[in-house]
Amino acid sequence: MIRVLPEIIWCGFGVLLMLLQPFLKNRQGLTLFAMVGAAAGTLSTYFGQMGSGFFGLIEFDTYSLFFHWLVGLVAFLVILASDSYLERENLAPAEFYALILFATAGMGVLASAQELLTAFIGLEMSSISSYVLAGYRRDAVKSSESAVKYFLLGSFATAFFLYGIALVYGASGSTNLAQIASADPASNLLRLGLTLILVGLGFKVAAAPFQVWTPDVYEGAPTPVTALFAAGPKAATFALLLRIFTTIHAATDFWFWAFWILAVVTMFVGNLGALVQTNVKRMLAYSSIAHAGYTLVAFAAVTTMKLDPETGAAPAYAAVLFYLLGYSLVKVGAFTIVSEIGGQGERYLTLDDFAGLGTRQPFAAAAMSLFLLSLLGLPITAGFFGKFYVFKAAINSKLIWLAVLMAVNSVIGAYYYLRVIVVMYMREHKGDVPAEAATSLSPTAAMVVVVAALATLYLGLLPNHILGIVLSQNLILSAR
Amino acid sequence: MELSGHLLSILVFFPAFGAVALLFLRSDDNLWIRRLTFVVSVVEFLFSLILLRVVAVGVPGYALTEYKSWIASPPINYHMGVDGISMFLVILTTLLTPICVLASWKGVHHRIKEFHVMLLLLEVGIIGVFLALDLFLFFLFWEVMLIPMAFLIGIWGHERRIYAAVKFFIYTMFGSAFMLVGILWLYNKTGTFDLPAILLTLQDPKYHLPPGTEMLLFLSFFVAFAIKVPLFPLHTWLPDAHVEAPTAGSIILAGVLLKMGTYGMIRFCLPLFPEASHRAAPVVAVLAIIGIIYGALVALVQPNLKKLVAYSSVSHLGFVVLGIFTFQTISMQGAVYQMLAHGISTGALFFLVGMLYDRRHTFEISEYGGLATRMPKYAAFFLFVALSSMGLPMLNGFVGEYLILLGTYQVRWGWASWAATGVILSACYLLWAYQRVFFGEVTHAKNRDLPDIDAREKWGLIVFAVITLWMGIGSPYFTRRVAAPVNAVIEQTKSRYAEEASKPATMPQPAAVTTEAQQDSLTRTVSR
Repeated sequence: MIRVLPEIIWCGFGVLLMLLQPFLKNRQGLTLFAMVGAAAGTLSTYFGQMGSGFFGLIEFDTYSLFFHWLVGLVAFLVILASDSYLERENLAPAEFYALILFATAGMGVLASAQELLTAFIGLEMSSISSYVLAGYRRDAVKSSESAVKYFLLGSFATAFFLYGIALVYGASGSTNLAQIASADPASNLLRLGLTLILVGLGFKVAAAPFQVWTPDVYEGAPTPVTALFAAGPKAATFALLLRIFTTIHAATDFWFWAFWILAVVTMFVGNLGALVQTNVKRMLAYSSIAHAGYTLVAFAAVTTMKLDPETGAAPAYAAVLFYLLGYSLVKVGAFTIVSEIGGQGERYLTLDDFAGLGTRQPFAAAAMSLFLLSLLGLPITAGFFGKFYVFKAAINSKLIWLAVLMAVNSVIGAYYYLRVIVVMYMREHKGDVPAEAATSLSPTAAMVVVVAALATLYLGLLPNHILGIVLSQNLILSAR
Repeated sequence: MELSGHLLSILVFFPAFGAVALLFLRSDDNLWIRRLTFVVSVVEFLFSLILLRVVAVGVPGYALTEYKSWIASPPINYHMGVDGISMFLVILTTLLTPICVLASWKGVHHRIKEFHVMLLLLEVGIIGVFLALDLFLFFLFWEVMLIPMAFLIGIWGHERRIYAAVKFFIYTMFGSAFMLVGILWLYNKTGTFDLPAILLTLQDPKYHLPPGTEMLLFLSFFVAFAIKVPLFPLHTWLPDAHVEAPTAGSIILAGVLLKMGTYGMIRFCLPLFPEASHRAAPVVAVLAIIGIIYGALVALVQPNLKKLVAYSSVSHLGFVVLGIFTFQTISMQGAVYQMLAHGISTGALFFLVGMLYDRRHTFEISEYGGLATRMPKYAAFFLFVALSSMGLPMLNGFVGEYLILLGTYQVRWGWASWAATGVILSACYLLWAYQRVFFGEVTHAKNRDLPDIDAREKWGLIVFAVITLWMGIGSPYFTRRVAAPVNAVIEQTKSRYAEEASKPATMPQPAAVTTEAQQDSLTRTVSR
């Protein structure tokens, strides 16, 4: 039981929130309660013991600890950022927070699952909560569209995942990762099953060509929810993906090319798509596709590095984890600002609405610039070290061409990230600024932004501590 | 001495403290913002003059190294050092920054606080680039410098400023993205980011780079530097950036930023990849010569005075690249000298052109004419600077070009003779422009009552003029100090090249030594 303590706490607080709702009318009280829940779940990992639980279904190790912290922190920040959003859009807070906590619990399960069906449960917990959250702004057409699209395509992807599990079971007689690993690696059935699993998870992390849903869903969902989507589920699914494909050694070469191609296609689709966007929220959605591509570059490096007896895949692991951490915090910060600028009904999301932000709201504009520069990968930000580590992993694995293609992509990326900064600082707003778009960030949102900005700088300037954690030997799964 | 132990860090970060201090001033307190920035940059200049005393003449290797480990894995160190080449470039930077403050005293009217913060941050980045001896640290400063420069162009520039800022940013990003791949590839081969340690490691035949790899690595660095220089045909960002930038931006851009490219070639491309440098040299030299002639010809037909100066930079920097890639001591000394001379004379030209813009808000040559009678002092200074830029003996432009041509002549007289046409052409475009702007009748009514230079402008120009004259007459002061490090670079480039030709003889050097105690002796050995 103690191995899933965080999940239990998150779910427990979720249920409590729903029960409390009739009695506690105060929105801020509920927010505080939800934040306490998110924090309590995260901090409870201190009491957790390392080891496997539930007859090997769950493995609570340093690796899953890292992701528990990551998703817990994201949930905490998203809840804090949602407070003013929910007030502005006049939405019921209790269910909203409860759903976030349920989704977070699902992500926690994903991160520590040792068995495919358990992983499936985690995936469904987080997905179903996500479908509801995407459509939470019921009266907005876009939000409903977002929910329906996400639900239909999401269930389709889940079906792939489930079918993949069935085939893998057929090939190996087990759904436990360790036992699958000992099955005949040349079996075509196993390969087919794993391919289907890859497709299903590829959908969840928005890897091209399974990314079609991303822009619409990200754009339509309430912005704090978009922040959650871009950070939490993505990181947790990557965690599962990494665990599956490093535990199951079957035909590493085969997976190398799969990840290589996925990475390249995803980077190009994301960046080229983002180039032509005029809606900042949508642009950030495409950018998160591109960043999934960068992460996949590190995956390709993991698969080749495993063959190297000397270094092992440690640097590539570190790259994935560090990248996901930096990226998640930056995305939460950026979407929080977008959410605040958007105004009621999220009407002010185009580039033109960001014009002149540098003079109207110096703080928001400066923070947004920092996040964009981090996404772009400029030094002294988290994004730079993330990119640097991925590059390094790729080059360690002699994937020079992949690194070059990634370099090309980061230059393409520079254009659209820079455009937002240019608009904020170098253009004047056309016509009068609507009164509500002129107000500064709400205190809660400002707190989130400050935390995210400080984390971005901290990871960019003094990455030693976090690097020490992600490079520690316990994290490396391939040793098993 | 306590101070000299951290002098390099002080040099890099002192402007940053100035920038932070500026943030505490009220944003409408324009006078004090300007004064504080001026004082900070002058103090910084005085600090940098200490380098002249510290860096010994005739001793190769880095003086005043600073070494501190920063990131544990991969080992990235805060490793700085200064030698004769980087010393002068740092002093050039610290000299031009206060002049930029003077130049923008009247030209910048809005968001004055932000402007000066950006200016000081830019100085941090540039000085960092010149002093960094760790490839990672170098790259970091190289990238960090981009943001303030793009902002300077994009916010305080002229009509097409946004286009120019974005173009500048994307061009440089393009080069540096590949340089990052190159740096990491090199790290993967040698296991360190530390420049002296890499050089030692590469001497070991075991770590020899195969020719194909070496060429790719060379290109990954070279393209980034060539964009910055800018080498023909990668120069197209420059006219836009120069013309649209505010005066201060143009001075820094032409004065120091372009030199980051040529400095990178001398410091990194040549010593790290000697064989590839030699193989690429003919192509690079031809491109440089095309740049010299092309830049001059385009400058000749420019109706826009600022664009004329911008294209003249393309031409002058072609000389520098030519001087570097002939691998002669004389021509490389000339190249370093020309970098400094061009920084002074082109900086002064942009300063002068900016004054004209402050008065008339146009750069079109046809809008002027007959200014010599209205602004005699201005005209005199302009003539002086133009003469130095076209390479009149006794002024600073002459020495560099002469040395470069002399060195080039020893390698291939054909190159030298083609390049020499650039000297003639530069006289043509500058004198013709001078004639059109200053002589003849005053044709535009607005030009009738233009005020001559004021005290602020005068003192800025006097500084430029004195240095120009001093550099022209006292050139040995510079060449003597530059000689040792240049020879060291040439030796590094030559020795491995020669060995490869003959045979990899005994190479006892150990790989990557990184302890602090050994660092000083290490840097000395490497450069010898």
